[in-house]
Amino acid sequence: MSHAATVHMLWTTASVSPDKIPSPDIEYGQLAPTLIVLGAAIVGVLIEALLPRRHRYAAQLFVSVVALAAAFAAVLGLAAGDYGTTKARIAAMGAIAVDGPALFLEGTILLVALVAVFTFAERRLDPAAHGNRVDSFAAQPAAVPGGEAEQAAVKAGFTTTEVFPLVLFAVGGMLVFPAANDLLTLFVALEVFSLPLYVLCALARRHRMLSQEAAVKYFLLGAFSSAFLLFGIALLYGYAGTVTYAGIADVVDGQVGDITPALAGTMGNDALLLIGGAMVLMGLLFKIGAVPFHMWTPDVYQGAPTPVTGFMAAATKVAAFGALLRLLYVVLPGLRWDWRPVMWGVAIVTMLGGAIVAVTQTDVKRLLAYSSIAHAGFILAGVIATTPDGISSVLFYLAAYSFVTLGAFSVVTLVRDAGGEATHLSKWAGLGRRSPLVAAVFAVFLLAFAGIPLTSGFAGKFAVFKAAADGGAGALVVIGVISSAIAAFFYIRVIVLMFFSEPRTEGPSVAVPSPLTSAAIAIGVVVTIVLGVAPQYFLDLAGQAGVFVR
Amino acid sequence: MENLIGLLVAAPLLGAALLLCGGRRLDGKGHLLGTALAVASFVIGAVLFADMLGRDEHDRALHSHLFSWIPVGGFRADVAFQLDQLSMTFVLLITGVGSLIHIYSIGYMEHDERRRRFFGYLNLFLAAMLLLVLADNYLLLYVGWEGVGLASYLLIGFWQHKPSAATAAKKAFIVNRVGDVGLSIAIMLMFTTFGTFAFAPVLSHATDASEGKLTAIGLMLLLAACGKSAQVPLQSWLGDAMEGPTPVSALIHAATMVTAGVYLITRSGAIFNAAPDAQTAVVTVGAVTLLFGAIVGCAKDDIKKALAGSTMSQIGYMILAAGLGPIGYVFAIMHLVTHGFFKAGLFLGAGSVMHAMNDEVDMRKYGGLRKYMPVTFVTFGLGYLAIIGFPGLSGFWSKDKIIEAAFAKGGTEGWILGGVALLGAAITAYYMTRVMLLTFFGEKRWGTTPSPEEPSAEPAAETAGAHAEPHPHESPKSMTIPMIVLAFGSVFAGGLFSLNDAFLKWLEPVTSHSHGDSPIGAATVTAGTMVVLLVGVGLAWAQYGRRPVPRTAPRGSLLTRAARRDLLQDDFNHVVLVKPGQYLTRGLVYVDHKLVDGVVNGTAASVGGLSGRLRKLQNGYARSYAVGMFAGTAALIAATLLMRAV
Repeated sequence: MSHAATVHMLWTTASVSPDKIPSPDIEYGQLAPTLIVLGAAIVGVLIEALLPRRHRYAAQLFVSVVALAAAFAAVLGLAAGDYGTTKARIAAMGAIAVDGPALFLEGTILLVALVAVFTFAERRLDPAAHGNRVDSFAAQPAAVPGGEAEQAAVKAGFTTTEVFPLVLFAVGGMLVFPAANDLLTLFVALEVFSLPLYVLCALARRHRMLSQEAAVKYFLLGAFSSAFLLFGIALLYGYAGTVTYAGIADVVDGQVGDITPALAGTMGNDALLLIGGAMVLMGLLFKIGAVPFHMWTPDVYQGAPTPVTGFMAAATKVAAFGALLRLLYVVLPGLRWDWRPVMWGVAIVTMLGGAIVAVTQTDVKRLLAYSSIAHAGFILAGVIATTPDGISSVLFYLAAYSFVTLGAFSVVTLVRDAGGEATHLSKWAGLGRRSPLVAAVFAVFLLAFAGIPLTSGFAGKFAVFKAAADGGAGALVVIGVISSAIAAFFYIRVIVLMFFSEPRTEGPSVAVPSPLTSAAIAIGVVVTIVLGVAPQYFLDLAGQAGVFVR
Repeated sequence: MENLIGLLVAAPLLGAALLLCGGRRLDGKGHLLGTALAVASFVIGAVLFADMLGRDEHDRALHSHLFSWIPVGGFRADVAFQLDQLSMTFVLLITGVGSLIHIYSIGYMEHDERRRRFFGYLNLFLAAMLLLVLADNYLLLYVGWEGVGLASYLLIGFWQHKPSAATAAKKAFIVNRVGDVGLSIAIMLMFTTFGTFAFAPVLSHATDASEGKLTAIGLMLLLAACGKSAQVPLQSWLGDAMEGPTPVSALIHAATMVTAGVYLITRSGAIFNAAPDAQTAVVTVGAVTLLFGAIVGCAKDDIKKALAGSTMSQIGYMILAAGLGPIGYVFAIMHLVTHGFFKAGLFLGAGSVMHAMNDEVDMRKYGGLRKYMPVTFVTFGLGYLAIIGFPGLSGFWSKDKIIEAAFAKGGTEGWILGGVALLGAAITAYYMTRVMLLTFFGEKRWGTTPSPEEPSAEPAAETAGAHAEPHPHESPKSMTIPMIVLAFGSVFAGGLFSLNDAFLKWLEPVTSHSHGDSPIGAATVTAGTMVVLLVGVGLAWAQYGRRPVPRTAPRGSLLTRAARRDLLQDDFNHVVLVKPGQYLTRGLVYVDHKLVDGVVNGTAASVGGLSGRLRKLQNGYARSYAVGMFAGTAALIAATLLMRAV
């Protein structure tokens, strides 16, 4: 058959019987959380296009909050309908899983996003410019920093209300990411939530050069890692002849009923499997911020507008760990004797690396960035457990950690001087004397990061370490505890600095936030203490949600 | 009726809470409130006693389970009370003497500006002591045990502005801690041996455990008893504890708290009965302390310290009796009760004398006070006759039985113990006669020349004119009435208890009793006791009654000088415990500085250095980061392949 004839046949086959292509069967109800958020994002775009500027802020805030709340309600509805346990299933033609971990993580992401939107909408911290209240975002991001266009935009009272639909798009991607049940959906979800984040990082109103540099770095390195991920997907497809998780897992386990000649040729080629698996892992580890793929984290966390940093640090981590869990527990469980030792190594260098480098940090945002790296290591210890307890402990840790992180970054937005946020640690000296409440709240978050009992950090750390020890990773737990001890040093150093140092005369002031940021911080404190004092209910919840559908 | 048991403890506890937390509003009437609640507790005790008498003697124990305190797995600690005849005896003694001393303190502490606090502490003591004797398990007993320790500490140091009082309080607390460790270890051993620490199961299954375990438990209980009851080797705190206000010395450091050790040993009788080695240790401690306290009591010129030596010695008798086993338990408790009466009376008398003498405690500066303070003289005198064992008075009945039981122990041991007990009786007669003669008889030795020493600066004394010449006078009614009541007890209690062996029959169902076979008859023992009594009194009279007493103490023999220094107990502790302890501490500090801190600081420094170096990897160039990621991915792939290869 000639080449042309082949093409002709494809044409004719397609055109002859279009009705034989099965129409996709989409379970709209089960995908409701994602659909609501993405729909609201599109509404947000329309608002930008159609509404006058002065109405956009209120409309966007309203749409975002309502959409996130509605999506969360939909998650609750699905969970109440037993979709997390007995009725867990694969929806959307095998593309998306609806099961316990997916619902738990989606719920967490939505709540985190809701709180983050509060901090995005904060407009009382900076002094008003030309009589217009301003938020953390540049008046007109496309304008050259310090240029005339920018000044004109500020004077005109422009604000970048596009951040709301951008956040909603990112959230939409994050909702799909941990639920993705084939590698292509995984990749698409990754890009859907990454691209808005790159843009958001570039939008800081102050220190715009730093912000833009961070965004470019994040974009470049993100694209670099995406390339690895995509190449890994290709290799895995080459190995298994399919991109669905279940299909790959079947080939790995050698349980394929119908072995085609093509498959027979590649199936035995473990190099494809191992290299492809490692590359996909690398793409996820990049998003998690595990050493040695962490180097973007401090620069981006520091440069991005602080509300964005908080959102990114909390929600991205939840989504990426969800995807990692599903990959390791659903696709590659047959390979765990290969990946477990490797992940051991990654977890060790991540815990130690994050904790050690944090010791000499002088900027509070960078400090929190390294702290997030160390925490990624702790969560990896739970991932490595490869037990049901491992899954549920990671789920619990993610929920606990994300609210602490959001709260901590929200407090960072409050401490300001003439140049905006005063993030250099030396400026935080004696803060406890001048603003005891703010310092005390930050101390609560730091203690939670350090894993002091009666905070959620302790409950989470205890859960992952226990799961890891039960899963045979005792040595990892020892290293984890050592890292925790190192990490406790720099957390407590900040507390000492705030409460036991003389305040500086030229020190920063603490801005009085609107109810929005106050609510975000208060929610952070309440969740931190409730999960610390009475964690059992939530541990049980995570335990019920800890089974992946395949 | 069971519900009343909780109220026994609750009444004084409420008083303590109100008085200590109530603030200055209660300054005016607080002492009356505290006294009323102590009396209320006594009334409840009396009602329970009447109820108990109305029941069959084997059906007298009451139980009251309040709540589960610590239910964790197989570990179960309850707050539950047990009121049997033994506890009842203590309840009446504690609340009875306690109430009298509350009343006495109304007069004694009249001018103290921290009076409300004083009564709060007294109430706290009563509550803790009642908890101690009412607990139905060792853990709750331990709570009461620590509670009385705390109250004792607070009350010894009540005049905390005096450095000597503050030091004495600390000394008492620290020495007691040593004993408390013994009790806590004993409780842990019980839990590992029996799986519980409630009295009933532990004591009924005591014989199931190996003798070694029981000996260990017994020795630890003995250590606890030594601490609380000031027995050798943990006796050193009691003399100094006399720094506290005199009512405290009377209640806590004579009548009740210091007898807790006797209670503990008697209560744990089943354990000691099955551990003869531990029993031997108990009688040894008792016999040694009996002589130790008596000798110290002979040499002290401070009236309260002389009485403190006597207390130590009398408790030595009780411990000795308790160590004799079933032949001694009843008499230990009987002597405990009679001693509670006459020793409390003697202390209150001493307090009355001090009150009259501007808080002078040196007996060499007393003399001839019988004319000035007739009531004090008579009540103190009756207490004196009781303690030396004058025939017919309380001490005679109880002490005689102990001496008899000591002989009845049998063998060489019996002869030694009996001999020691007899010797102790002689010394008791000697030192108590000495106290009596120095205080109430002879020439007056006060006021003729100005005192070369500063009188101790108690607030009460300051208001009365500390530097003025003392004008001895009888104390107010609130002080004399308790003394009179206690004097009645000193005279009649012993006889009443011995009528028809009433006390023995009362307590026997709890402690069990067996008559030992004394190698010498009861009459012989009594006769011997009378002889040594007369010898002791005669010696004292020859020394202090016939010739004038110098105002300053003569140098005295080597033994006298040693006894004045409490038989070198503090020197001993200093050399044997404090010095090595200090060397050990210095050594540990050195190791801590050089080794531990060295490792810690070294680790911190190396982490910091590593951090600084690793930080340089973060150079801000996206290209470097990308190289890092590439290398990382390569390493990841290599490691994965390597894992497959090996």
